[in-house]
Amino acid sequence: MDFFFEVLIGGLLAGVMYSLIAIGFVLIYKASGVFNFAQGAMVLFAALTFVSLLERGVPFLLAFLVTLAAMILLALLIERAVLRPLVNRSPITLFMATLGLSYMIEGFAQMLWGTQVHGLDLGVSDEPLEVGGLLLSRFDLFAAATAAVLVAVLSVLFNKTRMGLSLRAVADDPLAALSLGIRLQRIWAVVWAVAGFVGLVAGLLWGARLGVQFSLSLVVLKALPVLIIGGFTSIGGAIVGGLIVGAAEKLAEVYLGPLVGGGIENWFPYGLALLFLLVRPAGLFGERAIERV
Amino acid sequence: MLYREAGQFSSHYAEDRRIFRLRQDRLGLVFLLVFAFILIPWLGNDYWFSAILIPFLVLSLAGLGLNLLTGYAGQLSLGSAAFMAVGAFATYNFELRLPGLPLLVSFVLGGLVAALVALVFGLPSLRIKGFYLIVSTLAAQFFVPWALTKFSWFSNDSASGVISAPKLEVLGISFDTPAGRYLLTLTVVVALFGLAHNLVRSELGRHWMAVRDMDTAAAVIGIPLFKTKLLAFAISGFFLGIAGALWAFTYLGTVEPQGFDLNRSFQILFIIIIGGLGSILGNFLGAAFMVLFPLLLSNLASLLPQGLIDAGQLEHLQKIIFGALIIIFLIKEPEGLARLWQRLRAQARIWPLRH
Repeated sequence: MDFFFEVLIGGLLAGVMYSLIAIGFVLIYKASGVFNFAQGAMVLFAALTFVSLLERGVPFLLAFLVTLAAMILLALLIERAVLRPLVNRSPITLFMATLGLSYMIEGFAQMLWGTQVHGLDLGVSDEPLEVGGLLLSRFDLFAAATAAVLVAVLSVLFNKTRMGLSLRAVADDPLAALSLGIRLQRIWAVVWAVAGFVGLVAGLLWGARLGVQFSLSLVVLKALPVLIIGGFTSIGGAIVGGLIVGAAEKLAEVYLGPLVGGGIENWFPYGLALLFLLVRPAGLFGERAIERV
Repeated sequence: MLYREAGQFSSHYAEDRRIFRLRQDRLGLVFLLVFAFILIPWLGNDYWFSAILIPFLVLSLAGLGLNLLTGYAGQLSLGSAAFMAVGAFATYNFELRLPGLPLLVSFVLGGLVAALVALVFGLPSLRIKGFYLIVSTLAAQFFVPWALTKFSWFSNDSASGVISAPKLEVLGISFDTPAGRYLLTLTVVVALFGLAHNLVRSELGRHWMAVRDMDTAAAVIGIPLFKTKLLAFAISGFFLGIAGALWAFTYLGTVEPQGFDLNRSFQILFIIIIGGLGSILGNFLGAAFMVLFPLLLSNLASLLPQGLIDAGQLEHLQKIIFGALIIIFLIKEPEGLARLWQRLRAQARIWPLRH
């Protein structure tokens, strides 16, 4: 039974890492209705920039700030060059544009910083820690704490600041927000910048875990089932979805994997997401769309 | 002047309904077919057949398969490569397990198996739409290569799931030379394009477009949504399956499941975005672009001084330019290269006058 709980809690903690990626999606989807496939590329770009600066002798904090500035610049550029010309187009068009965007960012990041794998040490060891008789990864606990802090900061930002109020207004009803004098374009730029910041945090944690390399941009594919299960519009949903996917994936790998020869973690979350979809098409916490002709 | 429809009257309904109503279009088509079937095999060389023409034809067909689903029926799919893989492996197994089965028959059977698999992954499309549907097709994209690698029965127990082409023989005539493989591919592709061109003008094609434009409204006027969407998945799967079999057997010769990864799906999606969503001709234009553009870029790079751009950098540059082109096309010309062709035609109609 101890083994079961270890797997379960290990999975839940790994799920937090998925949630971190998913939060970036949710922010952008809520504010601009764009399903941002480039989130993974942004994670890669942030982690690669940060680690390359670090390797060139820039101190940790300065490297973090410079990378953050780069992410904000990227957000401004995206708003200007991609979102603004595509305003009022169908969601599918916007999705395909972010697909193009992810190609651009990936190509640019690798052209700038090269393709070799960089190690990243955040000063947290990955050695197991014994909590109540269960062995847990110290790094996973650190990641979970970071995610908790991040969510707390975001919810303060959304609920207590003027900017957060406008963000929520835009998410609720863009047209009404526009007529109240809220500048949609500025909100988009802010949201993409915040998503860039979330991407940076996720990039650091994932980079420390997997090494900073191209495959970081593929974590976006892990976040997709999380979004489906949690719903596209809820940060809480992203967290819960991440936990469900993480736990189910690990349990399936341990208990179901040997029956079919292993390697199922690539598609299992998708199968799970499909099952959820058949029961709740808008996800656990998503808003149900009402359709009119 | 060049493209005038004046003086061409239809005196029967049949004439009015034909696919190419204008004489210029029919002549152009005949000229094109003569060019492709007779002049190219006569003039072309092996490099052109194997490295450019065959992939171009197969990618056009794959683009057509996805275009029927995404461009006509409006269901976004990121699993095209998975259905291609199913087609390739099914065709291989039909040839292997049923000796003496004619090659073209196993292509069709392979396509049907791919259609069946596409149907299964299309089942959620009634309940879910838009981005949520991506998940179903991505599930196919991850599940199919996994299953093909894991269960070695599919590849006849070969190492790492590699399969190689059966003998390319139709009615006792061997098509194993590059020119022969080109002709075989061309014949299959032309036949399927003819089929698709008819299909999108049929009742089913109109249903697809109604569902694409607004599925709730389509349901209200009595179009059976479930049947229409499922048929789109199945027919798209059929075309993609045959494209996959051609890709494996006339283009590459040997192929493994990992050859049909997510990047291949993206490539096919890019073909239809650049070529034109909801256009038959656009698939050819997009595929031509997809095949020729990397060649053009590497040729341009070789003109630059030695060592300025190495192969790795070139690959990144190519990625950046592709990404930028996708965005530019979506912004400036959402209907793709096919729309440019329409403009050209409209201009040829009034040339040399301006209005």
